[in-house]
Amino acid sequence: MTKTVSLAALALALSAGSALAEAHAACAEGLTLEDGTLTIATGNPAYYPWVMDDTPESGEGFEAAVAYAIAAEMGFEAENVTWVRSSFDEAIQPGAKNFDFNLQQYSITPEREEIVDFSVPYYTAPMAVLLAPGVESEATMEALQGLKWGAVGSTTAVPMLTDVIQPEQDLLLYGDNADVNAAMGAGQIDAALFDLPTAMFLSAVMIEGSTVLGQFAAEGEGDQFGLLFEDGNELKACADAAIAALEESGELAAIEAEWLQSATGIPLIE
Amino acid sequence: MTEARTRGPLPRTRRQIYEDRLRRRSLLIAGGSTALVFGALFLLIPLAPGWEKVQRVFFNGEVFARTLPGLLEAFVLDVAIFAWSVPMIAVLGLLVALARDVSNPALYPLRIFATVFTDVFRGVPVVLTVYLIGFGIPGLGLPRPWNSPYIWGTVALVLTYSAYVAEIFRSGIESVHASQRAAAQSLGLRDKDVMRYVILPQAIRRVVPAQMNMLIALQKDVALLSFIGPVEIFRQAGVYKSLMANFTPYVGAALIFLAVTVPATRYADYLLAKQRRQRS
Amino acid sequence: MTKLRLDGVVKRFGANTVCDGIDLEVEAGQMVCLIGASGAGKSTLLRCINLLEPIEEGAIWLDGEDISIPGLDPQPVRTRIGMVFQSFNLFPHMTAAENVMLAPRRVHGQSRDELMPKVEELFRRFGLGDRLHHYPDQLSGGQQQRVAIVRALAMRPEVMLFDEVTSALDPQLVGEVLDVLRVLKEEGMTMVLATHEMGFAREAADKVCFLKDGRIVEEGPPSQIFGAPEREETRAFLARTLK
Repeated sequence: MTKTVSLAALALALSAGSALAEAHAACAEGLTLEDGTLTIATGNPAYYPWVMDDTPESGEGFEAAVAYAIAAEMGFEAENVTWVRSSFDEAIQPGAKNFDFNLQQYSITPEREEIVDFSVPYYTAPMAVLLAPGVESEATMEALQGLKWGAVGSTTAVPMLTDVIQPEQDLLLYGDNADVNAAMGAGQIDAALFDLPTAMFLSAVMIEGSTVLGQFAAEGEGDQFGLLFEDGNELKACADAAIAALEESGELAAIEAEWLQSATGIPLIE
Repeated sequence: MTEARTRGPLPRTRRQIYEDRLRRRSLLIAGGSTALVFGALFLLIPLAPGWEKVQRVFFNGEVFARTLPGLLEAFVLDVAIFAWSVPMIAVLGLLVALARDVSNPALYPLRIFATVFTDVFRGVPVVLTVYLIGFGIPGLGLPRPWNSPYIWGTVALVLTYSAYVAEIFRSGIESVHASQRAAAQSLGLRDKDVMRYVILPQAIRRVVPAQMNMLIALQKDVALLSFIGPVEIFRQAGVYKSLMANFTPYVGAALIFLAVTVPATRYADYLLAKQRRQRS
Repeated sequence: MTKLRLDGVVKRFGANTVCDGIDLEVEAGQMVCLIGASGAGKSTLLRCINLLEPIEEGAIWLDGEDISIPGLDPQPVRTRIGMVFQSFNLFPHMTAAENVMLAPRRVHGQSRDELMPKVEELFRRFGLGDRLHHYPDQLSGGQQQRVAIVRALAMRPEVMLFDEVTSALDPQLVGEVLDVLRVLKEEGMTMVLATHEMGFAREAADKVCFLKDGRIVEEGPPSQIFGAPEREETRAFLARTLK
């Protein structure tokens, strides 16, 4: 079922792309690593709901679909898109990159922007609280402060925890979602902070019995995801234009609606 | 001989004059070549086209200054984990080493256990042990605070390092010559007294330098506990790195580690050299 | 009175027979010297007597008691038989006095305070008065060997075994150790020595045994062995050694 729906979405994206291709094709010309091909990097592995089944080539999953839509806006056919994998570290280390842009839920921060370039945001994720199985809490700041907290160490959840929530006990930080899952299974943490789609995915699929307690208001505390470019890459301007066009046409919202669960019904934490 | 020495400085012999000249010359050459190499490194590397970017990402003074206090604070946890692990490793390592040499048939299972213990924990990567024990045992359903990653991470380190330390103790025990055992036995000492008063004191003294090297390795491996949650210096550096998209915090962490391990390594080498001199 | 008796003692290391049916009687207060080429089995025989090596066949009797029964706890026997080794085997991490006091403290449960006067007295007697608190590597070979002898004596053994105790010493230090043995003989200690010091054996031994290939080829008073050996092998050995 999902497959047919997503293929339809892809077809839609492609047709929209070809219509606009002429307008934008010139923009990207000569700016990609390889003429006529757009090389996109994502995480290894790439997670649901951002990329389905760790196969971005399918165009399934929010970021995979966004990537193909942007590619189409920039005048690249689906078959002219190649995928590579990269870690966060590879993306920020100095030297030549093996991708034109990289998307794997990179939050845009001023510090990061000194080292690399980001596109305009393609998604704004609110932060959400995931409670470990069997843990209950009220959705108030005071109740949250009394919990034992965990987070993935490389995410902007960490400053959010230390600066905003300020828990009473030591933070425990992990390398990836799987380790947070293990720590919840071991009863070592009560709650973890993620962007909302990840939190919803973890509670629905990966960590049985866990619940999403609530989300923080997207304004201000939210995470804006952007495409990551090597510092000074001129392709950024084309991508910005493409994202702006997708936003205007409502296509970005359509992709979001298809792949990211509705956040309505998740209570706000004041 | 002694008389001659007390009479005051003797005129230098031809040989001494020759050797002094040689020494001066080799000092000059060593100093010159060292200056040349380091000078070239300092001058040439910044000329490389990517240097500016590398400097910004790895050797960023501003980032360094901003993150160093936080890193030092996190390093306190490394030191604490190290400090409480070492006595446990020493005791368990020694017990395992002794268990591998028991001859009493009733204790044979202990001997097998000790052998399997050293084989397994030396064979499995430390990270895996940290994961398995740090998440696995608390996952069996231990209540807080007994499921703490600090406890089980420490257990993982203690088990792994005890296995190595036990082997070093054992090599020390075996290096004590059989004649020492014979002499002690001929005096009518019981086996346990032979081990405790004659063999072990000599064995332990001999392996101190080797054990120092284990301590240095342990100090670094404490960072592996960060995989299961504790925010020690390595994890703290990783957090800074992610937030600032800059590797300088890792360089800061490395410098802090070096500040501890380099003197320790020098000291271990010094002990080894001293021991070698004593034996020859 | 027979203090120590060996009946047909056989000791093998694998296929190699080192002691091949040795009979020996040692009277109380006697000094018996074992002579013979290296590898003749002298040292191994001493180690067997002290139960450091189990024997394959035969029996060893101490005061009429079989101490070679398989499975017998060797520890009480060893407290009654002292042994001194060619290479001293002092414990390098202990001072001379600590070396001497270790076994009496651990085995007999005596205290340091109770032992110290006796140890000081022994050290004085053997010319080691000022060496109590020296470590072995601060002592000369002759001093180390005398400490080793004092260490064995401190257990008040009934029999002392000496395994080539002067072989590792510089020639000028040999005399001081042999003097100690003379003193012990005067005091009536029962002693068995493996030795290459023919002059000493001739002068001080009550009985000399010549070993070859794990057997006692000839035994008798020194006057016989050195003066009028009956066996051709003995004559040949002495001719080589005394040349």
